[in-house]
Amino acid sequence: MKFTEEHEWLRKDGDVVIVGITAHAAEALGEIVFVELPEADTEVAKDDDVVVIESVKAASDILAPLDGEIVEVNEALTENPGLINEDPQEGAWIFKMKLSDPSEMDALMDEDAYKAHIG
Amino acid sequence: MTELLQTPLFDLHVSLGGKMVPFAGYDMPVQYPMGVMKEHNHTREQSGLFDVSHMGQVILRAKSGDTRDAALALETLVPMSIAGVAENRQRYAFFTNENGGILDDLMVANRGDHLFLVVNAACKDADIAHMRAHLSDACDIEVIEDRALLALQGPASEAALARLSSDVAAMKFMDVVTTEILGAECWVSRSGYTGEDGYEISVPNDKAVALAEALLAMEEVEPIGLGARDSLRLEGGLCLYGNDIDTGTTPVEAALLWAIQKVRRADGERAGGFPGADVILGQMVNGASRKRVGIQPSGRAPMRGHTVLFADETSTDPIGEITSGGFGPTVQAPVAMGYVPKELSTIGTEIFAEVRGKRMPATVAAMPFTPANFKR
Repeated sequence: MKFTEEHEWLRKDGDVVIVGITAHAAEALGEIVFVELPEADTEVAKDDDVVVIESVKAASDILAPLDGEIVEVNEALTENPGLINEDPQEGAWIFKMKLSDPSEMDALMDEDAYKAHIG
Repeated sequence: MTELLQTPLFDLHVSLGGKMVPFAGYDMPVQYPMGVMKEHNHTREQSGLFDVSHMGQVILRAKSGDTRDAALALETLVPMSIAGVAENRQRYAFFTNENGGILDDLMVANRGDHLFLVVNAACKDADIAHMRAHLSDACDIEVIEDRALLALQGPASEAALARLSSDVAAMKFMDVVTTEILGAECWVSRSGYTGEDGYEISVPNDKAVALAEALLAMEEVEPIGLGARDSLRLEGGLCLYGNDIDTGTTPVEAALLWAIQKVRRADGERAGGFPGADVILGQMVNGASRKRVGIQPSGRAPMRGHTVLFADETSTDPIGEITSGGFGPTVQAPVAMGYVPKELSTIGTEIFAEVRGKRMPATVAAMPFTPANFKR
């Protein structure tokens, strides 16, 4: 699993990567009450706003971690946004994307580096 | 930045795992480990303990010795009947300015030989200066620095507090009493800011932690932070000063006419005589062009403060703005309030809010969003 400075995790699954937010991020956001997902089959560039997550406290944007195409979104989150608090790094994956350049993933943080990042 | 102030309960908040944030110059708990949503629900179902010691506590004593004179003096600053507040009763009030705007909202209790006022933390210095400037001829103004203020809110609050004082169970909504709790003289009102039954307790600083700990030791009682305080009051349709009301909103626009008693209205015995009376009494006759209303978003996306409102999906001219909004844990849906033109203020009117560039439908809704559970 790889991590971004924006508190997303990425996991390779065949020729796509699965993206979600970290347990640390979910905890910091508080109880999540609303998730606005992108359309599948959307081309995105790194740092595009692709998902909106609203907690009891505030709205947060989730950015595209790398260039690529969003190929699938986790529709279950629309009905049950709280899943992100319950199971942020497994069941509450947010979208799957096909990276333009899969090798870019290598430059992201590994788990130890992310742990150091969040201190 | 000036250093944040701490209430007498600061160390207790930290030891309870409270997440401390700056609020109105104080370092206050926004939530505890339970989390905003569970804290909210616990307050609606059981009993929640809030530290509201950041709020200002002020005593007005008539120089004449007759509390009615202090009440009549205060009536020159607020459009309420203060002289009509019976002994051991409390009333909601607000200070107005010359334009009919609202300087702050407050509670005024008649405690026999004095009036006891509770004002908002962010406004307290200005309120005290305002009162000193206008009431000093008639009143001695004492700012209470040696007392904390706790709120115990929710349906199990009576059972909880009654274990510590035999005087509180018989109180009705907006009653006030002086009672001894754990050896300390407490000033208790049956009131709050959640839409639930409950109490607000003024307790000497040096006894505040003991009282909080005694309450928290009870099974019904959990500590509640500012996050849930906000969602509770929003569902309750209660205004937050600085968001929903301020110097630019009149009581008529803010739909707070219920708080202005007949005796201070146009044909009343003590009509007018408060700042901005011409504006406010005029609007009571002619109406105001806009009104504060409840707003129920049709979808699941919360519409937060400053979200711009439109009459329809395509018009380019905004009609108003949301002043408070978020997710209502009891309603299980987003809830909001804001200002719309009078002609669009009827309950059931469909309006639109622009959320992240998209027009989202919403409906003008009755408030409160959750039924008030006061002990009348």
